[in-house]
Amino acid sequence: MSAQGAPAAQEDKAAQIPAAQEDKAAEIPAAQAGPVPPAKPLDARAVARDFPLLARSVHGKRIVYLDSAASSQRPCSVIDAMDSYYRTTHANVHRGVYEIAEEADRLYDAARVSAGRLVGSPSPRSEIVFTKNATEAMNLVVRSWGWKNLHAGDVVVLTEIEHHANLVPWLQLVEERGIRLRYLPVDLSTYELDISRLDEVLDGAKVLSCTLMSNVLGTIPPFQVIAGRAHEAGAVVIADGAQSVPHMPTDVQALGCDFLAFSAHKMLGPTGIGVLWGREALLEEMPPFMGGGGMILDVTLDGFVPAEIPRRFEAGTPPIAEAVGLLSAIEYLERLGMSEIWEHDQRLTSYALGTLQERFGDTIRIFGPTDEQSLDRRGAVISLALDGVHPHDLAQVLDQEAVCIRAGHHCAKPLMRRLGVGATARASFYCYNTEEDVDALAKALDEAVRLFR
Amino acid sequence: MNDIEDLYREIILDHYRSPRNRGELEVPPAIRVEGFNPLCGDEIVLYLIVEDGLVKDLKLSGQGCSISQSSASLMSAAVKGKTVGEVRKLVHDFKAMMSIHEAAIDGQAQAPTDFPGTGDLEAMGELAALQGVVKFPVRIKCATLSWNVLVQALDEAGAPG
Repeated sequence: MSAQGAPAAQEDKAAQIPAAQEDKAAEIPAAQAGPVPPAKPLDARAVARDFPLLARSVHGKRIVYLDSAASSQRPCSVIDAMDSYYRTTHANVHRGVYEIAEEADRLYDAARVSAGRLVGSPSPRSEIVFTKNATEAMNLVVRSWGWKNLHAGDVVVLTEIEHHANLVPWLQLVEERGIRLRYLPVDLSTYELDISRLDEVLDGAKVLSCTLMSNVLGTIPPFQVIAGRAHEAGAVVIADGAQSVPHMPTDVQALGCDFLAFSAHKMLGPTGIGVLWGREALLEEMPPFMGGGGMILDVTLDGFVPAEIPRRFEAGTPPIAEAVGLLSAIEYLERLGMSEIWEHDQRLTSYALGTLQERFGDTIRIFGPTDEQSLDRRGAVISLALDGVHPHDLAQVLDQEAVCIRAGHHCAKPLMRRLGVGATARASFYCYNTEEDVDALAKALDEAVRLFR
Repeated sequence: MNDIEDLYREIILDHYRSPRNRGELEVPPAIRVEGFNPLCGDEIVLYLIVEDGLVKDLKLSGQGCSISQSSASLMSAAVKGKTVGEVRKLVHDFKAMMSIHEAAIDGQAQAPTDFPGTGDLEAMGELAALQGVVKFPVRIKCATLSWNVLVQALDEAGAPG
């Protein structure tokens, strides 16, 4: 399938000009915005034409993809970049002296620089570690930094709205090391974190690890405030950016975090690659996460010397083609503009909240901030329940209408328990979703109501 | 009838809206067994009393989607008062009705040879309404959850077929 005549993003084939890519990436100073600041609001209908999957139909109807919080779709430019890389450039990175191996090296490095630029890293060649996904990035911090620095009785502060990726690795450390966990509670009247409890939970804490955007509620915690207080309390601050980084400008310096995890497949890139950003001084002191090829300076039969950062944390052949795809995805996002994507998200979320509340009134429950004033504190994720229709049945009926939403616990079971439900239905939006998609959602929900009531 | 209306037949929706045999029984004499479908968060809690080779009483609680809850309700109505042998036969037939697709999900090349097809569907009565589920493979585990819990309860009751 091709996207001929698409307005954006088709002109570059990343892998065809590796040298140029490298130069371009290297010239751009760290921590600046995208290369070409766009002047006008995002045109989601035009954006959607760049995404071949969105042109297909399901059950004879135009697909309405509302599950980007689980995984986004990707534009032709990303697919083409990876395809072209495999067709023209592939070789293993780091050790080759021949032309295509050097080209692969440059692309892999350009992806690192690009990922660093996206989140405002001052030295991406040291601070950006490629992982399998955001979950592995969180595990890397817990297993490496946590294993070295946390001991029995040490306190780690999490929140009640975390994804399992920011819960289970810590729970493992509870079992293995006897650390203690405290949780910043969520206020169910506002679906926001109860910041008034911050000092109490942070007292004596060694770590604070918190999401930048809830994948269930959409809630965006006041991270700068939280991080500031955590640092005052002497804690290391970890941010789970899996939901936020794809949707808004991110600056690790402004956020005040020490580590940030995110994933490529939620931001138009491929599956199989995630990113850990960490402060250079902290990464320097951390032991390897996994052992193997690529992460050593020297190995003898009696021991080994680990490589410098970030390669120390990248054992084995890394996801090279995926890095090329991520590079292309970041270029695409920066062309659209992260601020423009964020503004689009807010407009669409506002429209969706208005439409759903007007149409379903008291029979819909939305798990997340809903008033207009809270729009800058919530992302384009809408978890809901309709009276008399279980979320899984809802998702099943919506599928018949080609509307793709997710139903379940969204890997946040403790939060589900706090909400008092086993599952929610969740619609999430991205740069290619339109008001027509929201209307299709509302119409499909009508159909579910018709069947079940 | 399209697939979705076939899935959500009126009998199923009726049992979902007005589930039969809801509640709890005192333990003991009842045996309490619970089951979960981690994919969906479906939850079934079964209280079972077997006496003199008969399913004397059973109650269900829990929460979940219309398929898991209606299947549990239909099951409770179908097995109450029956002999353990009859119940085990019914479990076998019900799982056979679902199993051709479960086999496909598990990657097995061959479906069980005793798949009843048109065979015993009539004997299953209202339970046959659940056959629309087989067109939606991910929902089969919702439909079979309560049945697996029942088998476990029968086993714990030491009630051989």
